[in-house]
Amino acid sequence: MLIGIDLGSRTIKLAALRDGELIDQRLAASGFDPCGQSLEMLERYEPRRVVATGYGRHLAQESFAQEVITEIKAHAIGARHFFPECRTVVDIGGQDSKVISLDKQGRVSNFQMNDKCAAGTGRFLEIMAATLGFRLDEFGPAALASEAEVSINSMCTVFAESEVISLKNRGVPAADIARGVHQSVVGRLAGMLNRVGYGDHVVFSGGVARNPCIVALLRERLGGVRVESPPAPDIVGALGAALHAGR
Amino acid sequence: MHTADFEVKPYPEMWAELDMDVARFDKARQMLGEIYGKMFLSQPNRPAGMVYFDNMISEIFGGRIKEMLAVKQEGRPVVGTFCVYIPEEIVVAAGGVCVGLCGGSQGSIPDAEKILPRNICPMVKSAYGFKAGRICPYFQIVDFVYGETTCDAKKKTWELLDRLVPTHVMEIPQMKKQRDRDLWLEEVKDFKTRVEEVCRKTISRDDLAGAIKVINDKRRALQRLTRLRAGTPAPISGKDALLIEQIAFYDEPIRFAAQVNALCDELDQRVAAAEGVVAADAPRVMVSGTPMALPNWKVHNLLETAGAVVVGEESCIGTRYFKDLIDEGAADMDRQLEALTDRYMQIDCSCFTPNDERVDQVLKEYRQSNAQGVLHYSLQFCHTYNIEEIKIREACEGEGIPYLAIESDYSPEDVGQLQTRIEAFLEQIRG
Repeated sequence: MLIGIDLGSRTIKLAALRDGELIDQRLAASGFDPCGQSLEMLERYEPRRVVATGYGRHLAQESFAQEVITEIKAHAIGARHFFPECRTVVDIGGQDSKVISLDKQGRVSNFQMNDKCAAGTGRFLEIMAATLGFRLDEFGPAALASEAEVSINSMCTVFAESEVISLKNRGVPAADIARGVHQSVVGRLAGMLNRVGYGDHVVFSGGVARNPCIVALLRERLGGVRVESPPAPDIVGALGAALHAGR
Repeated sequence: MHTADFEVKPYPEMWAELDMDVARFDKARQMLGEIYGKMFLSQPNRPAGMVYFDNMISEIFGGRIKEMLAVKQEGRPVVGTFCVYIPEEIVVAAGGVCVGLCGGSQGSIPDAEKILPRNICPMVKSAYGFKAGRICPYFQIVDFVYGETTCDAKKKTWELLDRLVPTHVMEIPQMKKQRDRDLWLEEVKDFKTRVEEVCRKTISRDDLAGAIKVINDKRRALQRLTRLRAGTPAPISGKDALLIEQIAFYDEPIRFAAQVNALCDELDQRVAAAEGVVAADAPRVMVSGTPMALPNWKVHNLLETAGAVVVGEESCIGTRYFKDLIDEGAADMDRQLEALTDRYMQIDCSCFTPNDERVDQVLKEYRQSNAQGVLHYSLQFCHTYNIEEIKIREACEGEGIPYLAIESDYSPEDVGQLQTRIEAFLEQIRG
């Protein structure tokens, strides 16, 4: 058995492989002790090899992982597992968002990451959802249902929050502001996609790919481009690490 | 020497005489020693010749200051500088000393931000903060500071810095036409007059010829070091080479060149024996972009901690400082000053437009250094390098060269993100 574990800023994801097939997957909050949390998740398995990725990868290597790879490489490998021909991967994680360009063989040829703040990341959406009084799982659907165009100009989480509060206090409906928030994340993502370049097919991974509004707005923004997500988008990085363990 | 044994030596009495904030500065001294010990002395297979440069850091706030004070006592000038445009040959011809001033540390930025806007280049803020906070001994001993007009943040900061220490500003042209060269020649002549006023001495043709030779020799020694870094496996780490390039800005030039050449003799043997500081398959990265002033080792440290080796700096603290020499055969002062002007006009700083020779230079150095990727480094708010980066990227991508651009300042807050980017870049090189 091979295990890939993705120690992200918000959640830890684990993928277990046997004979190249995904046989188990787990997800837990990172908490204050990501290493302890990971060890707990690993307890029930007896892997031949563990490869770690994500922000906590080096911590994992000091404790239990035999090798580390970056999230960039892990998402590239993981996305290819589901979509063997894909050349562009978009990943929005808890603390960063990235666009990865792959060559024909699936090797990373170029990538872009967001700046050092939380702008345009999962964390940004979480904070905005809380400010607007939505649970995270209802945030995307509510925004999708709105048809109003409210523009959020600031991408800085702190400034955007004050912008959202002032819109709220002007009586703008929460769902309309929510749509504006989603629109601003997609606008930023499109900017990164344009910098890296993309073809007619984009794979969207990471937890934010489960947000239907982000997916719908991204499709709209990219016109004729096919935007697809794997069934469990959160697990793509961990799966990539597990697949790497077998190489 | 062991990591834990290293310290930057304290000279509290001398600092007090120099009107420094001794208590605060002493903390910075201790921190520098700790960081240096961890980042430099722990490196495997360091060349023996690095001992001299370790000592230069150990004595950075003491021994070298004493030497400069002795120069001053003899009435010879000590000039503080920020940029590779300073015609240092003129200062050396007057028997004086040039010292590149501190500007690479986060520690002095809060001092600067009491006055300067936050959203400007960290190097400008750091430099101003060192003077405002009285936490750089070099700033305290200079006769005057040489500033230039290579960027807006600098040229406006000089007006404020001049209130704290006399600041002589040279106008750097922004294009390379004949009339720009004429302007620069006039600026060089004014600078010579200023130096002569300080030391109450007229610089002769022979003085200047001697100085041109001294500085050419220093640049030749650094060129030799750069050539040796092309060897596989790399005979010296990028961090150590960068350190030497940084020390070039404050050490005594004749002694420095001799020490660099002695180190190069050792590296010659290493290259011949295929001995290196890393394995032959370690990814080789060339860094291009804005200067890394002491003690800014952030990017090199990240790269080399991740398993790469840096094989060249296409930067002001790097090849831009030493790639060009001055013709040593000029017959009289006028021709010498013209030769000097010609050499300085070759510098391919991004403050010029157009500046396409820099794009060619990056590709040339990439090939000569046997690098496998280019990392473009730009300080935050450095508009000219940040925008010129687009052309460098296009050129590298056009040649199929693995390429990564990062923009950063001196703070540690983005180290996690940078580490991920840099490791992904190295994965890309390794294939």
